[in-house]
Amino acid sequence: MGSLARYLVIRALAIIPTILILYTLVFIILRILPGDPILAVLGTKNIPPDQLENLRRMAGLDKPLYIQYFSYLFNFLRGDFGVTITFPSGVPISTYIAQRFPATLELAICGFIVSIVIGLGTGALAAVKKGTKIDGALKLYSILAYVTFIPLLGMVLQYIFGVYLKWLPIAQRIDPGLAPSSVTGLYVLDSLLTANWAALRSSVLHLILPSITLGIVLSGAYTRLLRNNMVEVLSSDFIRSYYSRGIRERKINWYALKNAFLPVVTYMGLQFAILLGGMVLTESTFSWPGMGTFIVERLDYRDYTSIQAAIIFFAFIVGLISLIVDAVYALLDPRIRY
Amino acid sequence: MELSSSLFGKLLKRTRTAIPTGAMFNVGITIILAVLLMAVFAPLISPYDPTRATPDILKPPSSSHLMGTNQIGQDILSRVIYGSRIILMVVLSATIISMAVGIPLGIYSGFIGGRADRTLSMVMDSIYAFPSLILAIAIASVLGPSPLNTAISLAVVYIPTYYRMTRGQTLSLREQLFVEAARSMGAGKLYIMRKHILPNLLPTVLVVFTLSAADAIITEAGLSYLGLSVTPPTPDWGYDLRAGQGYFTTGYWWISFFPGLMITLLALGFALVGEAMGEKISIASK
Repeated sequence: MGSLARYLVIRALAIIPTILILYTLVFIILRILPGDPILAVLGTKNIPPDQLENLRRMAGLDKPLYIQYFSYLFNFLRGDFGVTITFPSGVPISTYIAQRFPATLELAICGFIVSIVIGLGTGALAAVKKGTKIDGALKLYSILAYVTFIPLLGMVLQYIFGVYLKWLPIAQRIDPGLAPSSVTGLYVLDSLLTANWAALRSSVLHLILPSITLGIVLSGAYTRLLRNNMVEVLSSDFIRSYYSRGIRERKINWYALKNAFLPVVTYMGLQFAILLGGMVLTESTFSWPGMGTFIVERLDYRDYTSIQAAIIFFAFIVGLISLIVDAVYALLDPRIRY
Repeated sequence: MELSSSLFGKLLKRTRTAIPTGAMFNVGITIILAVLLMAVFAPLISPYDPTRATPDILKPPSSSHLMGTNQIGQDILSRVIYGSRIILMVVLSATIISMAVGIPLGIYSGFIGGRADRTLSMVMDSIYAFPSLILAIAIASVLGPSPLNTAISLAVVYIPTYYRMTRGQTLSLREQLFVEAARSMGAGKLYIMRKHILPNLLPTVLVVFTLSAADAIITEAGLSYLGLSVTPPTPDWGYDLRAGQGYFTTGYWWISFFPGLMITLLALGFALVGEAMGEKISIASK
């Protein structure tokens, strides 16, 4: 086995405890903390006892705790996330997640790309213009981006580009009736695969505002991180030797950017987790039919099993993302091997 | 480390960075103090009863209603003033709980080490890696919507932040000469942790407090935006923003805009103070 492959296998095994801890944590919070989760979630005590018993059985709460813990985990790994217990009750939660997760993934990827592009651009500019007014303004930008409340920014963009200029749609993933036949569930990819140009145009247009909202808020951290890394790289010996050899400044800045980029990659995993939190607010603001709005909808119906499944699903995704980041890092930096 | 005593004095002096640290600190602290005063004196300064519905619905900002009125005729300015109370109370009490749990655990982990440290670190790192808003939603959904439960959710979410910072600092402080000296004179572990480690953590705690408070404000607003904090007619920024969202795109922008602006402004205040103090500390430690 090659050293890179060995590294990835070891990292993949190391992710398992993280996922188990998160699963256990969510399990403790949802099952053990306040006594009866069904009562707590329903928020009322006027339920007939037999109906309550039925709900408890549907949620798997009638069994001893340790059996619940293992059977839920085992079922989860097989893709069985349980059934909804309130309206419409008895629907497998996996059907919802299969519908909703691709929407979240599509928006998350686009928002992520926007944040990287803005963050790296502004970060590199600030580093090259170190100590000038531009550097100061970009520093202020990075702080402001970080504290901007997503629904506020989203609504302002909706008003300007959707209502006032009428350029872009402000809600949903695609115009009604245009959804492409599902291959991956990612509308942009599906419409490309099925050569459905009307669907492609509509889904791209719908993606723009939520992606920019999410991207701006997340870009501030990259601006800061890349600027500081690049300032450090620009003052290192090998850069000075480039100057002494008469290499053009543009080219030197490009080399510095490449070297400053590596530490940013490790940060991306954490940033992606923050992005998933921001997704809930972005999806809510833009009525985006993803996992975030799914959680919010099921909260309204007080559907305990769906909320639990969605949150444990997020725990798995977070574990998976840190594995992907490790892999990307290992590919970029040949020093990282076992 | 005389840093902790003269920290505020040093902060007010200007340094030659891209943005003067002093200016950042001053703007930030002004915002925080203004919101704090607003919360304390809300009954005195708010022009109307924030919960009273009137026939004056959807009025744009004017001299009688500086921020306009909402869909049931409540005065937005009064609601914004009163709304500062809940967010400050929730975020500050959550932060106190996070500190009270995270800092002692972090000192213990960093100073004693061993298996307990490894287990705790693994658990804390896992929580830290999880999206804070989603974790807070999970806790708040089980506890039920109320400001107290929001505070508890936020407290759990931010414990790892304090734990990780404290543990890291303790690891390096443990190797310092003054700790060695105390140990050689027969000081007990508990005594060293209390008298030598804890006081030296304070400057960093202050920075982490302001930065995580900025984060917690956004998370609190997010929870109440999603309907997991207050119930109407209690004035609350996140909830009010949500309540006016449907009207925003039809032109009644003021209902949501002002509460949203206040959320961002308050978070900005804490972030600016945190940034300024962080710069000072890293300069001082160089």
